[in-house]
Amino acid sequence: MNKKQINNILIWFSAIVLIILIMTPGLWVVLTAFRPQVDVMAKPAVWIPRNLNLIQFETMLFGGSEGSMGRSPIPVLSYLRNSLIISFTSTFIAVLVGTIGGYGFARHNFKHKNKYFLLIMLTRTIPGISLSLPIFIIFSKIGLIDTHIGIILVFVALNIPFTVWLTDGFFRQIPRAMSEVAMTDGCTKLQAFWHIELPLSRSGIASAGIFAFLISWNEYALVSNLARSTDSKTLTVGLMDFTAQFTINWPGMCALAVFIIIPALILTFMVQKHLVTGLTFGGVKG
Amino acid sequence: MAKVSLQGVSKFYGKVQAVKKIDLEIIDKEFLVLVGPSGCGKSSSLRMIAGLEEIDEGVIKIGDKEMNNLEPRERNVSMVFQNYALYPHMTVEENLGFSLKIAGLDKKEIEERVHEAAGILDITEFLQRKPSQLSGGQRQRVAMGRAIVRRPDVFLFDEPLSNLDAKLRNQMRTEIKRLHQKVSTTIVYVTHDQVEAMTLADRIVIMKDGIIEQIGTPLDLFERPATKFVATFIGSPSMNMIKASIVKQNNELSMKTNDGIIVPVPKDKQNSLSVGQNISFGFRAEDIVPLKFGQKPSSAWEMQSSVNLAEPLGTETLIFTNFGEIEIVSRMFTPEQVKSNDVLDFALNLDRTYLFDENSGLAI
Repeated sequence: MNKKQINNILIWFSAIVLIILIMTPGLWVVLTAFRPQVDVMAKPAVWIPRNLNLIQFETMLFGGSEGSMGRSPIPVLSYLRNSLIISFTSTFIAVLVGTIGGYGFARHNFKHKNKYFLLIMLTRTIPGISLSLPIFIIFSKIGLIDTHIGIILVFVALNIPFTVWLTDGFFRQIPRAMSEVAMTDGCTKLQAFWHIELPLSRSGIASAGIFAFLISWNEYALVSNLARSTDSKTLTVGLMDFTAQFTINWPGMCALAVFIIIPALILTFMVQKHLVTGLTFGGVKG
Repeated sequence: MAKVSLQGVSKFYGKVQAVKKIDLEIIDKEFLVLVGPSGCGKSSSLRMIAGLEEIDEGVIKIGDKEMNNLEPRERNVSMVFQNYALYPHMTVEENLGFSLKIAGLDKKEIEERVHEAAGILDITEFLQRKPSQLSGGQRQRVAMGRAIVRRPDVFLFDEPLSNLDAKLRNQMRTEIKRLHQKVSTTIVYVTHDQVEAMTLADRIVIMKDGIIEQIGTPLDLFERPATKFVATFIGSPSMNMIKASIVKQNNELSMKTNDGIIVPVPKDKQNSLSVGQNISFGFRAEDIVPLKFGQKPSSAWEMQSSVNLAEPLGTETLIFTNFGEIEIVSRMFTPEQVKSNDVLDFALNLDRTYLFDENSGLAI
């Protein structure tokens, strides 16, 4: 064996160890979703599942009671509806506003431009959760607690800085001459943006969109404060419905977790190409 | 009919004045080349004509219409950029037809005009390709095609050949000239390459530091440079230039170089100079010939010098030699072998020396 082969083996070995470390909790969640509570709670732990079933999913989606712990089924479909409405709307608004902002920063010069940009980025340094109390107080005063609009507003504010940053980089990458040619070709500024610069930066916009969506879809801490009922609770907050005073329905909770992961996973695969461009691009940008 | 006129046009970038009150009349169907070193204001001038930069001072007219407050799209000009700026997400055909689509022409007419332009530039076979599948020269052709289809009043070229390799550049240069003959439209062409300027232009505008040094036909500039800068900028190799001061010798004015070499002032310049004046005198490589291998000019001044370096180029040989302390270059058209350290007699053709005032840089 030469040095190169040893190197290869080492790299593969470390990669596999790393993947196992990252994947195990996720796999455990998936596995738990299909196992009976007895198995899950067994001590010593049962590593290799002895029997698997779909009871938790049946209970969750169709309200079946067989084998469940006697709890009334949680309103998953309402939560799903809330999650979809909140995530898609907030993503759409954040990408729309963020892209316009990114374009503005990339293409126009105005006074204190760099300071404004820095200011927007600085908002990202504040941990979202630290804002939950002020947001709660403000929202309770203006009646936005437990509403879609309230949560959407929070997510939009959360996602715009990142969207601005990412799309700014993408617009910068497009030569200015591109829109200049379009303008001598008879376009207005808006037409040049629409026909030329927007299609050319769609990778950036797509990755900004997916990031924004995932952040909204997976957010727990803020929503758990702002959502009170089935009117606005999202799937992630719904996870807590599986805890009772003395027990936690682990298989049920994990089944819902799997249910949450699936759409995010599908979406990620769909735009994987754009996502990679977006990420690597962000990596080399100064 | 599209003449272009610039009247007292200025451009500021912050406090820097990139273009300083230039006046320029471009005749209809003329091929005008703006040339100069980088930062001379040539590109800014072009972009002001296109409407991509604001005009800070003065007036630009195309035809008889003032352009100052019109958007680029309202000026009916087409621009070809250095980096082509083809739309990468469109095929060649879509690239060519884009402006017509925006203008709202119907499909049939767009197709006709696209094919006509593609025919002129010989790119019909690439119509379905994306720009990334084209070579540099092909991309350049598409960029020109995109400019042609609009049938603009004026073509604007911003260093269109500087991204191409030398061979392709020569080929495209010829094509641009041919294109001008075919479409006969006013062209304003910016380049820093004096060879491009000389070969393409009907008239050349030489700019430096935001002002126009000289306007004229290529031959005008070559034969009658108005300033020292123009003299050294135009022509390849660059004109030999030597500093000297005027002295009186045997009742005639002569030029004494810093190394003490004394060269008589040409007859026709005797009355335009005064003793003590600081000047530069210049002569082109072909006007100083090795006597052994060339014909002695009628009013010759001779010197002996050894060869530093010889560059045989086939039809000619460039000989680098010293004029006092300063290295000059001589062009020899005889196919003879010359080696370094050969000592040769050179004859300078005094009738073809150019004198410039050292302070003003103006020709005497």
